[in-house]
Amino acid sequence: MPKYDTVIGLEIHVALLTKSKLFCGCSTTFGGEPNSQCCPICLGLPGALPRLNERAVEYAIKAGLALNCTIHEISRFDRKNYYYPDLPKAYQITQEFYPLCTDGYLEYFYGDSLARTKITRIHLEEEAGKLIHSGASIIDSDYSLVDYNRAGIPLIEIVTAPDIRSPQQARIFLEQLRLLLNYIGVSDTKMEEGSLRCDANISLKPLGSTQLGTRVELKNLNSFRALERALTYEERRQGEILDRGDKVNQESRTWDERRGRTLPMRSKADALDYRFFPEPDLPRLKLRPGWVEEIKSTIPELPMERLSRYEREYGLSRYEATFFVNYPDFGQLCEKLAAMGWEGSRAANLLMGEYARLAREKGHLTPERLAGLLEIIEDGLISSNQTADVLEELFNSNLSAREIVLEKGWQVLADTDELQALIGEVLQGNVELVERYRAGETKLYGFFVGQVMRATEGKADPKIVNDLLRKELGT
Amino acid sequence: MRKTAALLEKRQISSEELVKQYLTRIEEADPQINAFITCSGEEALAQARDADRRRARGEALSPWDGIPIAVKDNISTMGLRTTCASKFLAEYVPVFDAAVVENVRKAGLPILGKTNLDEFAMGSSSEYSAFGVTKNPHDLERVAGGSSGGSAAAVAAGEAPWALGTDTGGSIRQPAAFCGVVGLKPTYGRVSRYGVVALAPSLDQVGPLATCVEDAAILFSLLAGPDRRDAISSQSRPFSLPEWDLDSVRGLRVGVPKEFFGSGLNPEVEQAVNACLGELERLGAQLQSISLYTNEYAIETYLTIVTAEASSCLARFDGVRYGRRVEAADSNTMFAKSRAAGFGPEVKRRIMLGTYVLSAKQYKLFYEQAQRVRALIQQDVAQALKQVDLIVTPTTPNTAFKIGEKRNPLEMYLSDLYTALANLSGIPALSLPCGRDSRGLPIGIQFMGRHFEEELLFQAAYAVEQTQRRGEDA
Repeated sequence: MPKYDTVIGLEIHVALLTKSKLFCGCSTTFGGEPNSQCCPICLGLPGALPRLNERAVEYAIKAGLALNCTIHEISRFDRKNYYYPDLPKAYQITQEFYPLCTDGYLEYFYGDSLARTKITRIHLEEEAGKLIHSGASIIDSDYSLVDYNRAGIPLIEIVTAPDIRSPQQARIFLEQLRLLLNYIGVSDTKMEEGSLRCDANISLKPLGSTQLGTRVELKNLNSFRALERALTYEERRQGEILDRGDKVNQESRTWDERRGRTLPMRSKADALDYRFFPEPDLPRLKLRPGWVEEIKSTIPELPMERLSRYEREYGLSRYEATFFVNYPDFGQLCEKLAAMGWEGSRAANLLMGEYARLAREKGHLTPERLAGLLEIIEDGLISSNQTADVLEELFNSNLSAREIVLEKGWQVLADTDELQALIGEVLQGNVELVERYRAGETKLYGFFVGQVMRATEGKADPKIVNDLLRKELGT
Repeated sequence: MRKTAALLEKRQISSEELVKQYLTRIEEADPQINAFITCSGEEALAQARDADRRRARGEALSPWDGIPIAVKDNISTMGLRTTCASKFLAEYVPVFDAAVVENVRKAGLPILGKTNLDEFAMGSSSEYSAFGVTKNPHDLERVAGGSSGGSAAAVAAGEAPWALGTDTGGSIRQPAAFCGVVGLKPTYGRVSRYGVVALAPSLDQVGPLATCVEDAAILFSLLAGPDRRDAISSQSRPFSLPEWDLDSVRGLRVGVPKEFFGSGLNPEVEQAVNACLGELERLGAQLQSISLYTNEYAIETYLTIVTAEASSCLARFDGVRYGRRVEAADSNTMFAKSRAAGFGPEVKRRIMLGTYVLSAKQYKLFYEQAQRVRALIQQDVAQALKQVDLIVTPTTPNTAFKIGEKRNPLEMYLSDLYTALANLSGIPALSLPCGRDSRGLPIGIQFMGRHFEEELLFQAAYAVEQTQRRGEDA
């Protein structure tokens, strides 16, 4: 029995998919030549001034609406002051005091139950540049170079309440949040490119206690796996400290992926004083009337809505529906097949099996070609265990499923007379075994089936073979 | 300037000749005065010849095409170093023009050079410059004022017909008063700040310095207007020159705030200002004694805000991308050493003060409190400007002081006593020469008005100026 409640809150930075940066017209495209996407504004040259990108505000509002937030008609930008070579102005323009969105939540299935994680706030801010060290790390580098292409890319920071109860839930929440952001199209959320980043706060408290424990902030969580592993590690580390009767130190710790452990970065004592104050170069952000409503009307069906629609309309199981919601490209195929009249579970059966593996390698087949395959299965032209072979061919040729089967001669042997004769031959050739079978050695049944299938090169309709064989053997 | 423009128009003088005259004057006078940090004579001559060719083709960019200008050295000029009078930026050459520089170039104005200032515009005497003090053309032992001391002195000494300055707490008006020229701090947000090296963005404005009211208005008309690149100025309005009319003063309600005439005001300054007020009255203005009780708090409020904002704005001078860099083993040491080597003592003092007032523990006590007082000041000023159309005060309590006289920073900060109010409340304010003290030093009178009502300031100042001239002629 665990002795502690785990309390986790996340801070997620999401790069918005705007064409230009938050305060200037420079491109946000990933992977350009270093320092090729910069201008006086994002380089913080003396005298350059920020000019707010309206599209970034729109995307932030969209995220706020999708996360059920209150969108504030008036918000404000503030300066967060600190020195770092990748920060051109030595301050970051952010929204500390009056964020654009507050008080939202995200609902998602965690296990079998519906979980709800509160979103405390969503605010807009600018990204910093990127250091490129001459050595393997900052410690063993002779020098470092700075690439400011990334500096000034719009970010939203999404902060959750300390509502999350386990490392697994944190991971699921983040996955569901990412899915939501993909659905509304405000970010490409690529953790490997840094367009989705997550810091986590974690503390432990005695089971049932209402008082929160001392929290530790975890950084450098570069994947969903890292998030879950780091939290799991930290949960155990803090538990051990508390078991010893010691106190957890309030600090920031970094996740060392290679060694699988968290390491201290800086403690509260040497935390920076960011000297926040209102950004004097920008007026208050005042949303024009009706804008939020306009943005609301552009929000597509969200994952949870889609999940319940799939369950309701297509009769899919939670598991199946979740698959299609999480992989909307598959979901779309399922919807198309359903529109052609195919039963949801049939479509799910096909799409979630061998097809999924092949499609991920080679790209999707058209719904028409997939429907052709469902059709010949329905017709009994092939048996279900031949589906994989036909699928493989569908990816390799332009022929329809039916044409493939006919050309390859894969159609099921369903002629009762022919099969009857074949069975007769098999049984006659194994008289002794038939005797033993009839004497009670029933496990031999499989052998007979195998013999028949071999004789037909696997094309026999297994159902008919079973029916006839049982009749012949008198069982 | 109308006369010069007419001569150019009639081609009785070329822009090249005009620029040469000013360059000769700079060569003669500037070794004593030190108004310029950088003189861009060659470029100015080339720009003048371009202007002459345009005139010859009948394609003048504006009536002022070919009339040169001087630019304060905290305003970015593409390809021309912009030092902010700091060692830190001694070699810094901007890759873009400030919006106001673009505007004067669009009107065809050749740039004579970059004028001296207190380092990063922090000061009231131009003594805090890494390029030496600017001397007052009326008395070389005295300061020209600051921070736009170079621009004011250049205009006063005839080294430039007009100039651009910046004003955060009085930095155009105080040197204008000390040097006997006209200076305007426009309404906050009326002129784009894009490309102006920030001191305190919530207070900074660019404005004109000129020898007469009309010239200041002409130059202002080239500067005012919306600019997409400055979010604060995006709602601005352009300014067109008014019909000059002495009668426009008739019936104006002129407020005279008693708080500006108390102890500390030099009696000679008071007398000169009162004489001007008398002129206004004779011209038909109705004088009214008013109160601006919040001015008592203006300096403290101003200093808190200006140091806070400056500490943040100047943080970018870290040695990473441009400017002074002192190499060190790690970046934090590099930042510290570069800044220690690049900044002068007043800049360091203000950065430390600003860092302190913004620190988590002091924020509420200082910065937040200053913002609250600022709101009160704004209310107070707005209230006053409901009762009256204009507020008239001395620009400074005293005339130009001696170089080296003010050794205590606090004493220096009091130079902004009458000027900071306009910056804190965002209203336009103009300083006009109004006579001289017994030493022959110029005295300035300040006109303040409602937001975006610069025209009224110009009209009133023009009327006073004309009566003064008539007096001189008589």
